[in-house]
Parts: sequence; structure tokens; C-alpha cells
Amino acid sequence: MSNHILIKADKLSRYYGENCAVNDISFELKRGDVLGFLGPNGAGKTTTMRMLSGNLAPSKGQIIINGVDIIENPKEAKAELGYLPEQPPLYKELTVNEYLHYCAQLNRIKRNNIKKALDNAKDRCGLAEMENRLIGNLSKGYQQRVGIAQAIIHSPSIIILDEPTVGLDPIQIREIRNLIKELGQEHGVILSTHILPEVQATCNRVQIINKGKLVFNDEVANLAKQVKSSSLIIGLHQPPTISELEALPGITSVERLQDDRLRFYYGNNPSPAEMLAEKAVKDSWGLYELTPDLVSLEKIFVDLTCKEPPVQ
Amino acid sequence: MIVFNIAMRELRSMFLSPLAWSILGVVQFILGYMFLTQIDSFMMVQPRLAGMEGAPGITDIIVAPLLGNAAIVLLLIVPLITMRLVSDERRSQTLSLLLSAPVSMTEIVIGKYLGICAFLTIILAMIALMPLSLLVGGDLDFGKLLSCLLGLGLLLGGFGAIGLFMSTLTAQPTVAAVSTFGVLLLLWIVDWAASGGEGSTYTVISYISLLRHYEPLLKGVFNSTDIIYYILFVITFLVFSIRRLDSERLQH
Repeated sequence: MSNHILIKADKLSRYYGENCAVNDISFELKRGDVLGFLGPNGAGKTTTMRMLSGNLAPSKGQIIINGVDIIENPKEAKAELGYLPEQPPLYKELTVNEYLHYCAQLNRIKRNNIKKALDNAKDRCGLAEMENRLIGNLSKGYQQRVGIAQAIIHSPSIIILDEPTVGLDPIQIREIRNLIKELGQEHGVILSTHILPEVQATCNRVQIINKGKLVFNDEVANLAKQVKSSSLIIGLHQPPTISELEALPGITSVERLQDDRLRFYYGNNPSPAEMLAEKAVKDSWGLYELTPDLVSLEKIFVDLTCKEPPVQ
Repeated sequence: MIVFNIAMRELRSMFLSPLAWSILGVVQFILGYMFLTQIDSFMMVQPRLAGMEGAPGITDIIVAPLLGNAAIVLLLIVPLITMRLVSDERRSQTLSLLLSAPVSMTEIVIGKYLGICAFLTIILAMIALMPLSLLVGGDLDFGKLLSCLLGLGLLLGGFGAIGLFMSTLTAQPTVAAVSTFGVLLLLWIVDWAASGGEGSTYTVISYISLLRHYEPLLKGVFNSTDIIYYILFVITFLVFSIRRLDSERLQH
């Protein structure tokens, strides 16, 4: 059942008064997917997440969770959902254990299974030593972890995380990313973020949303195909003139970078790296660096979300 | 089941903040003072009462006025207890925990209402201790005492329901408190306008008054219409609260 569709969002729109926050978005989430939701501030990420989690009604459109309409059968649909809002919904006056116990009760976990669910959630989020501390006294990072623990406590088939790594230190970020990847194996995960490497590190699919519209929706692996021109960065101690280099076969243009390195654009031709290396050795250019300039999500993100033409 | 879990959490959180404790303390102190002054005045009139045929007993002279005053004090206090119910969760954004859990709005509202009722029951029990202490030196009319306590309980139930509804309307606890207080006071004094007037409008207005249905119970008159009035009152505001919370989730 790897192709089982967990979320089907159909033509979602949401207006706040005259202001249209989300405009006609449709997408699907399958089991085993980790879907990255990317967009600049105010793009409509959080609004979409709130609609998916049943916190907010879409002005138009339909959300089917595991075959159940979330507006008509909210209880059934929400049983399959774990949601971590942008600000974790924590009762600061409770201890971690008390809070998670309450969450387990809210999610209708049977009394006998509560302890197991609690231990599992605390274990996965690294909260075991903090279990008797007051949530209000925990650091932001630990509070965030309690928020994640709350979302996964009833092992829902869909986990929606709104900016889960905000406020965490680099080690915690790595742990949380691993956790998300792990969760993605059995569950469907939707993750919103404005941190681009995070999407590349954790997600297998990415959606970019801008001004309420979906501008990109594909697998992360297909990203490279999106960008037309590819390039190599080369560092040479004794570089020949630019025009000499541009005359080489398979090179469309050469640009001198600020630190005296050179950027070779080769368009749709196969990568000239091998040829360049041989040539550099033969003509003693003093080659000290040869790096393929990988297409970054950032570039696509900027291209898609900004009106200005991409820097060439 | 889930309703009781929500109620318990609500009650627990109340006692984890100093608010609940200070409210219990202040209410008990003020009513204790009133209770003592009532006893004082009873001692003064006691010799004259002894000679009278069918004279009012201590339940009439001490308990009924005490619970009448308690109603006024709690009218000021209940908005402070109910203000946090939903608005605080809205403000600190914990409401989404309830909204994204497989729990219906009805369960959320009833759970929170039961939580507040549990607290109000504690207040009521503390107040009931004062008349009961009179048993040390005298006899009580238990029928009347129960009727008075039932009246106060129902009245508090009504206060709580309005407070809960007002709390669902806003994200500011203070706004919820002020508007609850306003509505309660208005419903308390609404029959002032009616006094002296005649005609169906006056009858309807005075019928709405919370006080109008409390007074007979204080006198020991148990009338089922008064009971039904309070029950309907509570149900109405609970339904309003459910509708209000559901309106954010449903398509318009």
C-alpha cells in the first residue's frame, strides 16, 4: 500500500475578508512521502496547514483525509492526524508527563496503552530526562520537542509539522530531521519550513507556495532538471584568457568570479569536467579546484518566488 | 470519558495557578464576615423573637441573607474564573491541540463547562460549611437550606455558562471577564425596569431576570419553572458556545 493516498486536497482557497491567503491549491500526500512545504513569509503555508489539520475551514475546496472528509466527519479524520502548529500548543503549568498524558487521552488512546505510547513518544523525541519538568521551564528546543511528541503520540498516519526546527540548536535540528525521515517511512509527513537545506535533507517531495498559489510541486530528485543552465566552478593558478577558454568545445560561456575562480556554463552539453582537467594538466594552468555547481533549491526558490529574472 | 479528562485538566490548571486559591480565600473571607454580622444581628433580635408566634428561625434570618449576598459576591467573582476558559487557550494558541484532536466541539464545551462547575461546586461546598456550623448551637431547617443551596448552585451554573460563552468570543481574557460581568449584571437588574410597569413586555423582561428566579428558592419555595429556567439558560449558552467554536471550522 505504498501508493495509498493519505491526504487529498482539492482546490483549496481561503480568504481573510478581501485578502486571499490561499488560492486554489490542489495536491496529494501518499504514505511514505515527506512533503516539504516551502514559501516566503506570508505565502500561505500556515493557513494551508491549519486547514489540513481541521483548525480552519477552507473558503472553498475539499480535504479528504484517508478517504474521510474532514468537514463532514471531523472526529474520524482527525484521529489520523498529528499536528504541530507554528507555536507548540503547550500548557506551561503542566509537566511533560502530565501534558503528554492529557494528549494521549484527547487522542483516545486506551488506558492500558497510554504508558507505552508515552514512553515511545518521549523516547523518540529525547524527552526521557525531562519528563517531570514543568513545560514552562524548558528551553525553546525542548518545548518544540514536546510539541512534536504531542503530534506523534497516537502514531497517526499523517503528521503535519509547521516549522518544526525553529529554535533548535544544530544538533537537535539533525536529530529532529532524522526523526522526520524515520517517521516518513511509516507515515505521511507534511513539513513547512523556510529553511531550504532542510527540504533537501529530509523531504522526497517539495511544494513551493508563493502568494497563496502553488508554483512548484515535484520530487526533490527532479529538481535538477528544472534549471536549464548548469555550470562548473574551476580554480586555476595560471588561467588562460577568457576568450581562449570560451573557444573550448562544449562551453557556452565563462565568467570570472570575485575570488579569481572561473565559472563555466555548458548549457545542455555533457559535463566538460574531465576534458577541462586533462587540458589543465597538459597546459599547466595550475588547477587547484574543480567543483560541479549543484543546482540548489534556493535558486529554484528564488526564481519561482521573485519577479526579477534569474541571475545568469 | 474524554469530557471528564478535559474537565479534570481544566480544574487542575485552575489550581496550579494562584487565581483559584486566592478566589477561594477571598470569597470565604468576605462571606465569613457577612455570616458573622448576620449572627450578630440575630443575637440582637433573638429575645424579641422568643415571644413571637411563628417567628422566623435562624435559617430565615441568617442563611437566606447570607446566600443572597453570596450571589452578589460571586457575580463579581465568576467572570474572573471563566474568563480564561477558551480565550486564554486562543491567546496562547493551545486551542489547536483540542481542535486537531479527534474531539467534537460539544465534548470540548461540555468538558470545559464541567470543569468550571466542579470549581463552583467547591465554592458552594465551602459556603455551605458556614450555615452547617450553626448546628453546633442550634437547629436548621434542612429543607430550606437545601433549597437555598440548590438555588445558588443553579445560579452559579448559569453564571458559568455565560462566562464560558463570553470566553469563546474573544482572545482577551479581560474582555471576556468584563463582558461576562456586564451581561450578568444586566440580567440581574433587568427587572428594575419592569418594576412598577405593567403589560406583557414588562412581564417578559422581568421573567428574564436571574434574580427573579433565585428569590423564591431562597424563601424555600421550590417551583419547577425556576429550575427549568436555569437549566434552559445553561443549555442555551452552551449551545451558543458550541456554535461559536464550530463556526471557525465549518464552511460558510
